[in-house]
Amino acid sequence: MARNGGVAWMRTTEKIDGYDLSTSDTEEVHVLAVDDSLVDRKVIERLLRISSCKVTAVDSGRRALQYLGLDEEIQKKETNGFDGLKVDLIITDYCMPGMTGYELLKKVKESSAFREIPVVIMSSENVIARIDRCLEKGAEDFIVKPVKLSDVKRIIDYTTTELREGEQREGARARRRGINKRKQREGDDDLSSSPPSTLSSSTSSSPSSSIQSATAPLSPSTLDSPTRRLKMTSSE
Amino acid sequence: MELVQIQRRLVDYTKSLFMEGFLDAQFLQLQQLQDDSNPDFVFEVVSLFFEDSEKLLNELTIALDQPNVDFKKIDSHVHQLKGSSSSIGAQRVKNACIAFRNYCDVQNIEGCLTCLQQVKQECYLVKNKFETLFRLEQQIMASGGSVPTTELGF
Repeated sequence: MARNGGVAWMRTTEKIDGYDLSTSDTEEVHVLAVDDSLVDRKVIERLLRISSCKVTAVDSGRRALQYLGLDEEIQKKETNGFDGLKVDLIITDYCMPGMTGYELLKKVKESSAFREIPVVIMSSENVIARIDRCLEKGAEDFIVKPVKLSDVKRIIDYTTTELREGEQREGARARRRGINKRKQREGDDDLSSSPPSTLSSSTSSSPSSSIQSATAPLSPSTLDSPTRRLKMTSSE
Repeated sequence: MELVQIQRRLVDYTKSLFMEGFLDAQFLQLQQLQDDSNPDFVFEVVSLFFEDSEKLLNELTIALDQPNVDFKKIDSHVHQLKGSSSSIGAQRVKNACIAFRNYCDVQNIEGCLTCLQQVKQECYLVKNKFETLFRLEQQIMASGGSVPTTELGF
């Protein structure tokens, strides 16, 4: 039967062409946070962790590039142990000594390997010209410091959505390729009659609801409430 | 003193800090980040701030004492201090830094010296306030109680 064939096919080809279709890897967003201030690094790290992210915090644009493997002065092979985890989002301070957040943004967007990573700029100065400059260079968003939990939550929410949608597109493409390959190999007429869209739509509905619960530990209504702490501890 | 009384005292004390402008809403954000898995978060961040600010204030004192004052360097230090004080909700320190930067912009040494004194004073004051706050929290925890959340009724 086509349905059984479809399920068996999905199990054996979960890693088609290197695309990992399991949901566990994509539920936690890995954020690279860049800020020269120790106090701000500690705060942003906590804000991100409490929003269910994996965080790597560095103190300069240079170190951020090293982590990504983009530093021209360090050969890529030397950073192999360093850049283990794929970065899903970069959040950087604007004013930093050495390389500014803007310069880091430029380098990331000019690199073919990393230009797809969304970059968010943080700054204490609410200067329109600066915001425009950053957005024009491809920044995803601009947060005015001090950073609040609602700012981080907003950014993680749409980063997760974009990641999930990206995965669905990749997954659907990969599944279609898989179906074509099987057709060629076995001449199986059953599979050719099952539309790829059915498979992708059945997997898309559940992950998005699980993502909501993974990345939204706080409901919006209690987010800024001072009584949230009491509610959280009593429910835990 | 009874647990309930200490808790009451903490609530009133915290409220007064907001009323007097020592703390602003960002401090509430920090408190929201503290939970059972990170029970000392606020204490840790505030401590980092005072370590940081001490260094910056020393640098500023030295920089303003030079025969040729480097206003760019001073502005950079004050900017840093303004940023970190803003991140923990230390409103009066932040405001003193803003005033400081204005004098820096116009390269007014006397103004800068006065502002430096003011920033030092505000750091000293808020440090004492925090110490009292943490002491009250510790007393509550030691008595087996839980620290009440800050609810601002105004």
